[in-house]
Formats: sequence, structure tokens, C-alpha cells
Amino acid sequence: MLSLLWLVPILPLAGFLILALGGARLSRKVTSAVGVGSVGFSTAAATLVSISFVWFTPKEGSYSQTLWEWMRVGDFAPSVTFYLDALSLTMMVVVTVVGLLIHIYSTAFMASDEGYSRFFAYMNLFVASMLILVLADNLLLLYLGWEGVGLCSYLLIGFWYRERENAQAAMKAFLVTRIGDTVFAIGIFLLFVSVGTLQIQPILDAVSGYPVGAPLCTTAALLLLGGAVGKSAQLPLQTWLPDAMVGPTPVSALIHAATMVTAGVYLIARTHVLFAMSPMAMFIVAIIGTATLLLAAFSALAQDDIKRILAYSTISQIGYMFLALGVGAWAAAIYHFVTHAFFKSALFLGAGIVIKALHEEHDIFRMGGLRRSLPTTFKAFMAAALTLVAVPPLTLTFNSKDFILNEVWLSGDAGRVLWVLATIGTFLTAGYTFRLVFVVFFGSGPKSLEEQPSQWMVVPFAILAVLGLAAGFPELLNAAFGAQGFYGFLQSAMPGPIREFDSHSGVWLFQAIYIATSVAGIALTYLLYSLAPQYVRSIASTFVGSRLRLWWLAGWGFDWLYRKLIITPYVRLARLNRDDFVDAVYVGLERASQGANHLLSLTVNGNVRWYVAGLAAGAVIVMGLVVVL
Amino acid sequence: MAVVPAEIGLIVAGLLFCVGLAGVLVRRNIIFILLSLEIMLNACGLAFVVAGAHWRQPDGQVMYFFILTMAAAETAVGLSLILQMYRRFSSLDTHAINKMRG
Repeated sequence: MLSLLWLVPILPLAGFLILALGGARLSRKVTSAVGVGSVGFSTAAATLVSISFVWFTPKEGSYSQTLWEWMRVGDFAPSVTFYLDALSLTMMVVVTVVGLLIHIYSTAFMASDEGYSRFFAYMNLFVASMLILVLADNLLLLYLGWEGVGLCSYLLIGFWYRERENAQAAMKAFLVTRIGDTVFAIGIFLLFVSVGTLQIQPILDAVSGYPVGAPLCTTAALLLLGGAVGKSAQLPLQTWLPDAMVGPTPVSALIHAATMVTAGVYLIARTHVLFAMSPMAMFIVAIIGTATLLLAAFSALAQDDIKRILAYSTISQIGYMFLALGVGAWAAAIYHFVTHAFFKSALFLGAGIVIKALHEEHDIFRMGGLRRSLPTTFKAFMAAALTLVAVPPLTLTFNSKDFILNEVWLSGDAGRVLWVLATIGTFLTAGYTFRLVFVVFFGSGPKSLEEQPSQWMVVPFAILAVLGLAAGFPELLNAAFGAQGFYGFLQSAMPGPIREFDSHSGVWLFQAIYIATSVAGIALTYLLYSLAPQYVRSIASTFVGSRLRLWWLAGWGFDWLYRKLIITPYVRLARLNRDDFVDAVYVGLERASQGANHLLSLTVNGNVRWYVAGLAAGAVIVMGLVVVL
Repeated sequence: MAVVPAEIGLIVAGLLFCVGLAGVLVRRNIIFILLSLEIMLNACGLAFVVAGAHWRQPDGQVMYFFILTMAAAETAVGLSLILQMYRRFSSLDTHAINKMRG
């Protein structure tokens, strides 16, 4: 069964090829069948592989399948090899399942779009690239997938390319992530030069032989972090993600919430041994995560566009994952990735339904009362929102964020400061999430809509919301019966430092704190946005309030800062060189020879007597020289 | 028979050459240019003969026969070209045929 692994990334790739070559010649039915079917069969293959991996786990805890040797240049011989362990298995299952549900959703969402087959071609290529990324056995193959998902992200953000704004957002996303990609590539070169291989596991084995804090480990870890920061939209390269929301909503759900933006988290988790060798790099990861989660949460509070709220929320939640990685809680980070992939893509799909139902309305303050007109959507959205905010009594499950916070608290003195900040973050999370829920679904609004959303959209959305709710269920079993939960499964692949509370009461105390923070956030939001909206308006109309709101609305002004610091000087430099002053020498040379040519061609005037005169003069000069010298 | 000094002969040859060159440069009528060329050739021939007489060698006169033959051939070709030129441009002015400008 495990040998079916190669089918998982190949099937969507084949789907892409069929759709790209067939193009608009294929009918919509065939396009949907190929687009959804390829991912569907890929999901089936992934499920079979997972079941056989979990039941008959190979002795070494991993399985690798070499398809062919990619190239050979001297000792450098990377192969196309897929590597399966608990980590890549988790990623593979999430990518295929979420991908399949979003593909089904897209058949209805994009039904009337003229670029239907183009859309599915890109989406299939994305799923294939993402699977190559997570299954790659060596850094080169991983980089291939990494660039592939970046390309698909660019193509899909700019999917409606006729509008200038969309094309610019796509360009921005591509260029900003490119900065991270370049840093990542340098990191790969460094690892290859110092270790002599690109295979991830041998690299990690070699690296663990170095002393802790060796300069090589720190440098390599920081370079890989650069790539992760770009892809996962963390500080300081987070500016592209909110703008990426101009793409179709299924794209935002799949690429910019569930899968691609978490590639950075995956990269760090995959190379966690390297990071563990460098306490400084780990600390920087934790700091970046904390700063990002707070800044993005504040920004999310001020947004009006439903998709931008969710985008900032995504940045903030990935900040939590980075924080977890920074304190060495690898399993907690991946756990949070899984739940986040489900509930955040669900929230995006719900937002897509709302936007479509209201005829492309993005502003939440022009929505309202949708809980009556879109009852199913409301319920599923509520479930996903509660999972995001994490209120265990209501969601019946433990939340992955609590694992992260516990680990942060237990990681030491610096961890306590980060814990306080991250807990403030959960308060803000509750705030921006329920601000969205209260404004969009409560209040006054139309009793019914002209048309209800298609079942093809609602059902995948509801399934994702339920998956998000259920993702914590194995841990409930773990707590109740001591069975090895999903968390333990992840820890088996990525053993981190074991941190436990001294007593059981500690666990419950902290759990109570998290619940209290979330509930307080929800209550305050209810008060401000449902009961007494005039308070919000009066706060927002004060001088400080309005400035703060604008500042947060612009995402803390990072775009402005980069414009001033980088773009404007660069454009000025380019203007300065508009006349190519570096080229002046070469242009001068060319001009001089052209002038000489003109002068000489004047003498060729077709007048035979001039030629004779020239000959005679030349002869006289030569003879004169002979005589004189 | 009085012997003409070699210098005088060479000066005459040089003057003749200059007259021919001036004719080539100044004249626009191509027949006159051809005539002037003949003068230049004969000036060269004279210089050869004078030099041959000076060194008492027959080479100079041999050389003159070569020049004479060459000049005859050149005149034949030149005249036929002039005939063609007159047919085509109905003019003998060299300015009329300065079409091969660079």
C-alpha cells in the first residue's frame, strides 16, 4: 500500500496537464471531473497510504520511495524521492482533504466564470506542488515544490488579471515572497557546501554532530527562517498576504489560509533538529511569532473587509505556530496547523458564500442579520469561529492553541513574558472573530435572500467546519482514556523537550485562564458591537481612536514604511540611471566610430578626380617621408 | 651629338608627369583625362629611357616597350568604356557619372 505514495502528487499533476493542454476545448463537465477527480483520487491514495502507514508503521518510523535520479553532476546527485513520516503524512492528508473539499466548493463558486478550466488547471498544479513540497526527501525537490506553490499563488491571486489592482497584488505577493525564497536558496547552498548533501535526513544527522550554538547551525537556521518568514507572511515580510485576498475566495481558503502559507511552519518543523542546535535562532523564531500574532490581531480588529479580517487572522494564527516552533513545541505547532487548516479554510469558504449571496459585498458593515437568511452557513461559520477562538465547553474539544500556550509557559523565564503576550493575543482573537460574527450574522438584515447558496458550496464548508471541531477529539480520548492521541503521534516523529505541569491542577488552572480570556473577549465584543454600537463609534471618533484605527487598518503602516525605505529610493535610483550613465562609455565609443565612418564616407563621393588627387597626395606624402626620414 | 645631361632629361620627365597629373585633376571631360593619363605614362617612359642612357643599360628601353604596349591596351579599353559611357549618359563629363558614392 505504501508504494502507492507516488500517485499522490502525480495525479493532480496529470490533472493539471490535461486541463492545461485541453483548455477551453473541454466542456465544463469534463473540466470539473478532471479537476476534482484528480484531487479526489489523490486523496484516496493518500488515505490508503496513511492507513497502512499508521497500522503497519515501518520499523525506522519512515518510508521513502525513490522514483528516479533527477540529475548527476559529479557527487551531486539529487533524486526524486518521496519521504513519508508522521509529519509529512499529516501535511499530505490535510493538503489532499482540504484541497478536495475546496475543489468541490469551487465547482459551484466559479461556475459562471469564463476562466473555469484555467482555474482548475492552476488549482491542480498548486495541489501537486504542495504535495511535492511536503513529501520531498531532499531540499532541492522541496524547493521545486516551494517555487511551484509560489507560482500558483501568483497566478491565482492575479486570476482576474483584467483589473490592475489584482495584477499588482499578485506581483507584490510574488516579489515579497521572492525575498524569502532567495534567502532560503542561500541557506540550501550553505548546507550543501558544509554538509555535502541535500537530503534532509542526512543533513539533520550531520548537523546534530555539531556543538549546540555552532555558527554554521545558527546561520543556516536563520537563512531557512528567512524563507519561512516570506512564505508564511510573518514579520517583516507579512505585507503581501492581506493584498492577496483579491484572488477568488477558494484560493484564499486553500492557498492563503490552509496550506501554502503554512509551508514555512512545515519547513522549520522538517528541519527542527537544525533549529534545536541553535538557541538563538529558536529565540528569534519565538519573537517573530509573538510580534506577528499581536500586530496582526490588532490589525484584524480594525479591518472592514471580511476577507482581510480573515487574512490578518491567518497571519496571527501562523504567528502562534511560529511561537510554538520557537519554544521547541514542534508537535503543538503542527497540531495547530491541522486545526487551523480546517477551521480557517472553513471560515474563508463561509465568507465566500456570504460575499456571493450579497453580490460581491466585502464590507462587513453593509452586511447584517444573515443568521436568519443563511441559517446553515451561520451554524457552520459559528462552529469554525468557536474553534478559532477555542472555548472548550462549547466546542467539546481541547484546542491546539492551548498546547502551544502551555508549552510556552513551561519553556522558561522568557517564555512567561511571551505567554502573557500570546494570551493577550487569544483575547484579541476572540475580539476580531466575534466582531465579524456579530456584525455579519446578527443585527438587522434581510429576512431572506433571492437565492440560497448552492449545496455544492455549503456542504464542503460544513464538513470543514466539523473537521475543525473534531480535530481536537483525539486529545479528548487521550485525556479521558490515556490513548496515544494525534499529539503523541506527531511527537513520535518530532521529539521535543518533554514539559509537563507539576500537577493536574496546573493543567486545569491554565485551561480555565484560556477559557476565561476567550469568553471575556467574546463578551466585550458582544457588548460593543451588538448591545451598544454607539460606544464603538464614539471611541473611533476620538482623535486617538481614529488615528489608531487608521494605523491598524493599514496594517501598522508597513506598506508605507517599505515604500519610503525601499521602493522610493529604488525608484529614484532607477530614474537617476534612466539615461544609462554606466553605458555612456560604450555609447560614446559607438558614436565616435559612427562619426568617423561619416567622415570617411564623405571622401567616397564618386568623383574620379578626387580619387586621383587623393592618390597623388598620398604618393607625395609617402615619398616625402622616405626622403625626409 | 651632344649628350643631354641626365638631370635635364629627368626634369623634363617630371614636368611632363606634372602636366599630365594636372590634366587628370583639372579636366572634367573624360577624353582629356585619358589623354592626360597617356602623357603621364609617357613621362614615366621618358624617365626610364633617360635612366637607361645614364647607366648605359638597355633595360630602360625594354621597359619603355612594355609601357607602350600597356598604354595601347589601356587606351583601347578606355576608349571603349568612354563609348559606352557616352551611349548611356550622353555626356562625357565625369561629374555626370559620380553615382558610386559611399
